[in-house]
Order: sequence, then C-alpha cells, then structure tokens
Amino acid sequence: MADNNSNTKMSRRKFIKNSGYVAGGAIGGGLLGTLVTTSVTNNGSQTASNTTDGGSNQTNFNKALMYFTRQEDFNILSAATERIFPEDDNGPGAIELGVPYFIDHQLAGAYGHNDKEYMQGPFFEGSDFQGYQTRLKRHEVFDVGIQAIEKQSQQDFDASFVDLEGKQQDEILQKFQDGDVDLKGVTPTTFFELLRSATIEGAYSDPLYGGNGNMAAWEMKQFPGSRMSYLDEIEKEDFIEKEPQALRAHISS
Amino acid sequence: MATQLDKVEVVTVGVGWTGGIIAAELAKEGVKVVGLERGKERSTEDFQMVHDEYRYAIRYDLMQDLSKETLTFRNNRDERALPMRQLGSFLLGEGLGGAGVHWNGQTWRFLPYDLQIKSMTDEKYGNKLGDDYTLQDWGITYEELEPYFYQFEQTAGIGGEDNPMGAPRSNPYPNPPMVDTPITKRFKEAAKNLDLHPFQMPSANMTENYENPDGQKMYKCQYCGFCERFGCEYGAKASPNVTVIPTAQATGNFELRTGANVTEILHDGNRATGVRYVDVQTGEEFEQPADIVVLTSYVMNNTRLLLQSELGQPYDPETGNGVIGKNYCYQILPGATGFFEEEKFNTYMGAGALGASVDDYNGDNFDHSDVDFIHGASVSITQTGKRPINNNTVPSGTPNWGQEFKSQSIKYYHRTLSVGGQGASMPHRDNYLSLDPDYKDAYGNPLLRLTYDYTEQDRKLHEYISEKCAEILKEMGADNVEPRSISDHYNIVPYQTTHNTGGVIMGDDPETSAVNNYLQMWDADNVFVVGASAFAHNGGYNPTGTVGALAYRAAEGILKFRDEDSQLVQAKKDSQLA
Repeated sequence: MADNNSNTKMSRRKFIKNSGYVAGGAIGGGLLGTLVTTSVTNNGSQTASNTTDGGSNQTNFNKALMYFTRQEDFNILSAATERIFPEDDNGPGAIELGVPYFIDHQLAGAYGHNDKEYMQGPFFEGSDFQGYQTRLKRHEVFDVGIQAIEKQSQQDFDASFVDLEGKQQDEILQKFQDGDVDLKGVTPTTFFELLRSATIEGAYSDPLYGGNGNMAAWEMKQFPGSRMSYLDEIEKEDFIEKEPQALRAHISS
Repeated sequence: MATQLDKVEVVTVGVGWTGGIIAAELAKEGVKVVGLERGKERSTEDFQMVHDEYRYAIRYDLMQDLSKETLTFRNNRDERALPMRQLGSFLLGEGLGGAGVHWNGQTWRFLPYDLQIKSMTDEKYGNKLGDDYTLQDWGITYEELEPYFYQFEQTAGIGGEDNPMGAPRSNPYPNPPMVDTPITKRFKEAAKNLDLHPFQMPSANMTENYENPDGQKMYKCQYCGFCERFGCEYGAKASPNVTVIPTAQATGNFELRTGANVTEILHDGNRATGVRYVDVQTGEEFEQPADIVVLTSYVMNNTRLLLQSELGQPYDPETGNGVIGKNYCYQILPGATGFFEEEKFNTYMGAGALGASVDDYNGDNFDHSDVDFIHGASVSITQTGKRPINNNTVPSGTPNWGQEFKSQSIKYYHRTLSVGGQGASMPHRDNYLSLDPDYKDAYGNPLLRLTYDYTEQDRKLHEYISEKCAEILKEMGADNVEPRSISDHYNIVPYQTTHNTGGVIMGDDPETSAVNNYLQMWDADNVFVVGASAFAHNGGYNPTGTVGALAYRAAEGILKFRDEDSQLVQAKKDSQLA
C-alpha cells in the first residue's frame, strides 16, 4: 500500500545517481549489474552493499540474465519498463518490482520463442485487424526494438536512452507506440505493444515469475492474490482488504 | 501406410461437452464408443496451481497450441487472409474436456424466437433485414427441444431462478441460484427502477453440493474468482471431466484415446467408413473404421474436417449455394462502464457465472418496429473475479501506459462496474468459413479461413444495447458512465468472446442446411455433427446450454439411427443434394 512505501519514494534521477545507472555503457557490465540488481532487490533500500531480497539475508539467485547477453540492452529495457510503469506515490515501479528480470526470463522461454504461436510463412503485412504478422519471434522483436530505442535516442537527443530525462524517454517511447520510427522486420507499434503488455504482466503476475517483487504490485492494487475461498465474505457490503498471498502457499512441501 | 484398426460402432472426434454427452448416452445403452481427443488427459487434480493469471489467463495454458493449427482471417473477400498467429479474439480449447474445462458456466436456453427466427420475424416485421442476411429457422421448435435443455441442466447441476422474459420452463432448476452480492443487488434494484425484469444468472458453478442423475458428484463453489480461462480445483464447476466423461468410462463401453488428432473423415460416396488420425506423440497414422462417425470438436474444426474430407457441399458466397461453412456467426459485445468515485467493490471475489441479468432487450422481447435491427442481447452484470493483469480500466482519454495510467488503473481497479450485453449475431452471406489456399497446419492440411466483418445490423444493435447498459449504470449511481463503441471493422486481436457458431448449420431443408434436427448430415446418414456449428445464427446468450441440449437430441438420434439406418427426418423440400 502507498503509505508503506515512504522509503521507496526515490526519484528516477536519484536512483540513477545512487546506482551509477547514469553511466550507461561506460561502466563495466559486471559492476553495473550488481548495482542494478541491488536496487531492484532491495525494495527501495538505498544501501548498495549487499544483494538481499525482501529483508532476508538470502541472495536471490534468480536475478541474473537468462536471455540478454549485453548488460546495456538490459539497462535500456529496464529504463523503458520504468517509464511504462513508474515508481510513484502508489508504490514501486517496474524496476523495483523486478519486471526487467521477468521479461528477460520470459524471453528465454516459450513466450520469447513463440512456442504456441503459428510462425509458418509466407509473411505479409496485415491490416490493423489481422494481428501479429512478422517472421520475428518475440525475443527477436525485443532485440530489434531495444536497439531501435537506443538509435532513436542518439538521433533525437545525442545521448543514450538510459541517460535521458523521463520526459525525453517518454517522447521516444511514444514514437514507437505511434508507429513513427523505422524498424526492420516488425512494426514499431507491435514492439511497443509487446513491451507495454509484458511490463504490466511482469508487474502483476504471481511473484514466482520474478516480477511483482514482495507482491508489492498486488498490495498497491489491493489484489489478494491466490485465495482459496471467499464464500464467507462475498455477500459483505464493505470493501475487504486482505494481505496478498502467492501461489507458493499452495505448495505442500 | 496407416495402421488399420478393428472396426468400432461409434467414433467421436473430440472429447469435450458434446463428445462426452454422446459417449455417456450411447455407452449407457451398451454401444461401444471410441473417443478421439487430440489433447492430453486432465482432471481436477491438475488444477492445484490454477490461481495463476499469467499462466492461464495471459499465456493461455489450457488453450489450443496454434503452432500446430490455427485459422486464417480476413474482413472481406477482397483481402488476403492471414494466419491468426496468436490467440486473442476467441480462445480455442484443447485437451480432454475441451473448452468445457475453462468456461465460466453461464448456462442459458436459447429463446423460442431463436429457433423459429425467420418465420417469426417475417410474420411480425416482414423481410426487415433484406436478402443478404441468410436467416433461417432451425428445423425444431422450442417445445421439442425443451426436455433436452432440462437433461443438460440436470447433468451440469445448473443453479438459477425464474427468468420472467426467458424461455418457459417445465421444471425448476436443479439447484438454487448463486448468492446475491452487493453488486448483483445493486444491478437488480436499478433494473427494477427502470421497469425491467432482473434475475440471477443461471450457473454451472455449483450452488450446493450436488449429485447428478448419473451419480457424478460436484461440490459447492467457493467464489474464489478463477473460472474463465481456468479449471476448477474443487470440482465445483460442471465440466465434461467431472460429469459425462466419467459416466461414459464407468460403463466399460467407452474407450478414450488422447493425443489422437483426426485429419480426415473417410467415406465411400455418401457413407462414412471411419476416420484417419495421427498419434501426436509418435506421428504414426491410424485408420479407425466405424459404423457411425460423430464430429464433436469445436465449431471451427467440425467445419474444417468436413471441407477437408470433401463431405457435404462447400458454401459459395458468390452464388449462395452449398452449406458447409455457411452462416458463421460471432457475437456483438455492447456495454458500458461505470466509474464510482466514492465506493469500492469486492470485485476480486466472484465466480464465472455469478451475475444478474435482464432479458427485456433480448430476442423479440421488445418491439422492433421503430429500430433498424432485429433481435438483441441479454444484458448482465457479472462478478467473475477481476484479476490485476487483465483489468486496468481507466477513464477514456487516459494513456495506456506511464504514471497517469498507473495511478488511474490502481484507483479505479475496485471502483468500476461494467454492464454488458451478449448481442445476437445474424448471419450474412459474406460471413463464412472456407479452406485457405495458402496456409497449412502441422500435418500439411489446409487451415480454415474465416471471412468476417460486422454488418449494419450489428452496429445498430450495438449502439442500442450500449445505451441501455449505460442507463442501468447511471441508475446504479455511477458518477461517470462510458458506453462502448464498436470498432471500424471486426478485429481479431482483442479478446471478445469464444462464442463462435455456424458452419454446419441445422434446418429442415437440405438446400440451406447441412444437418437435420438430430444433427445428422443430410448428405451422409451415418455422420452426426454436434456443437455450436449447428446454430443457424447466434443468439443473445452463452451457447453452451443450447449446445448441451442439441447434443442430447443428437444422442437420441444416433440411437434411433442404429435401428433405422436411414435419414431420420423427412426433408421439407425434396431437393437432396448430389
């Protein structure tokens, strides 16, 4: 809930300053990785000296890259998701929730490789009503899209996307949503829509997938997660607040 | 090359509600039935982890694997049809129980008007829509179908209460209605103030512990909010897996084969000899000879198998001749959203069929003299359980990402209610199913091609019903009400409804229908095609109740056919197609 998050009201600028994020590709991937990981996993805590999760002393080994091969690409993705689902008075944004890791992990698996989608050709550009029509799989769409974000940023602002002010980043992302950039193999709108929906999915899915850290997004939205029965409450007039519960609760061992 | 198997009396293609009903009814009578299901086996014990919106509602865990088979789509015949590469507009099921596993459980009877829509409309309003709308009667009256509706309701343990404007009932529902929540109460109160006739929506989510006439037990619904797109971990939602399939299996006369993907109906002229299928694990082909072939898969696949097997005459939109693929209908989804500034509702709780409805604007329940359309919609409020990924309703004009989006979507998560109509869909000569000339499935067979767009009838109906939904929400006290608008063309991307119908439609004339009122093919006496593919148009309700009734009717027809071995219904016109 919002009032629990006074310690997380860190502006993006401050976040960047604390984490060294502002340096973009200038800092070595290993070091930057640690810093970003720290900021993501600490639920807003500004200590950058350890990699803990949710107050426990156990390192969260899930927070490493399964799909992306370049830290820079991951940083651009992270910055973009944060603009789509930013930290605000309600609570944490995409980065703190772990959404970039969620997307990274999803791109490595069935989602990223369109395992359940029809990907046979021939491929033609469709009408606005015919849906996804690209030979690129989702992981390739993200590759192409992230590179294009950076290119557009250099072109418009002569700076890396991760170094831009929030409003400038929004301008770039808006161009993708509006279809006003050139992308190879996929429409910019298709890429943006994937980015947007994956960000929301990562924020609000069960924490088992690596996003929705500490169920903080469910708390913001007052969604109680996976509860087995509301039989005794469904007829009650007043709004009932409940602590969220994750799927982990249904594992018996 | 294909392995020849021993002949069986009956083979069904697909084991969901219709395959399960046919299997149960026939096996109880001692008939040996083989059920071929391309997906895998599953049961209640598979659903312990089912409260997972991402896995089931977003990534469609229970749905069809489109990498193997999908359909192609275009808005009109001048366009190039392209594959539906991802699921969206409708969610095709897969696996034992089919879409009956992940349905919400809203279980209706179509209206008497639906079954005789052509003659009743003509009588009252003349040829109001014109000849491009291929309306026709279904070849059966409501009175004839009524006992079968009740049979399905008993099997599925439907709970409900009297619908003053609905189809008449000879028996009360087997179970009481679902609980009346603050949301359903609010809707009913508003509806009454507007002189409408509200009632609790009929439900296949159990309202009590229940044992059906076949001895299958189901348990009381817990209102956990995970029905649509999910299986039920309690066995509290009627599905084929907890009702008809175990009934069939208990007889010892039913053999289920999963992982069996049927690719062709084998036939010698106008008589089916069996089916060919592929074992999806080994790739091995089998031929299963049978006396009677029953197509019990989804609308799309029933139609495709007939076209691919060259059984029945394909529909030609140029001439209007032929029937297979004809009268494909969808549904029109009018409605309105109400934003409540000062109130929050427990919308995260619910059940798939928890809701309240009015039928005052459905069928011919109101006078259409002064409107430019026929039929209408059932209008409902539902409390199915709002989950956070899929529910981010914001006032119009709000961006769909960024800070404003985030705060508005959080603010209104529990502060919006929607009233929506399931709009009936009238058949049009340009909306149909055919085989795609370019795209193939994993087995090298052509994909089904859907040619579909909204009609003027659809747009008028949408506008009218959306306005009615908005009136109810205003009366419910919403501070701000936004009626829905219909898109320029039908769009296959956003989810709308899985209520597809038609393609193998029923009627009393072989020139305009593919099956008779037992769902027996006019052109092949020993083939029955069961499901919503038989609907000559789509009504203003969820189709499963009517699908179930027609399946029981078909089961009776199949038993009758075993004795008579002939066409069971005298065609209205003596115009049997070659």
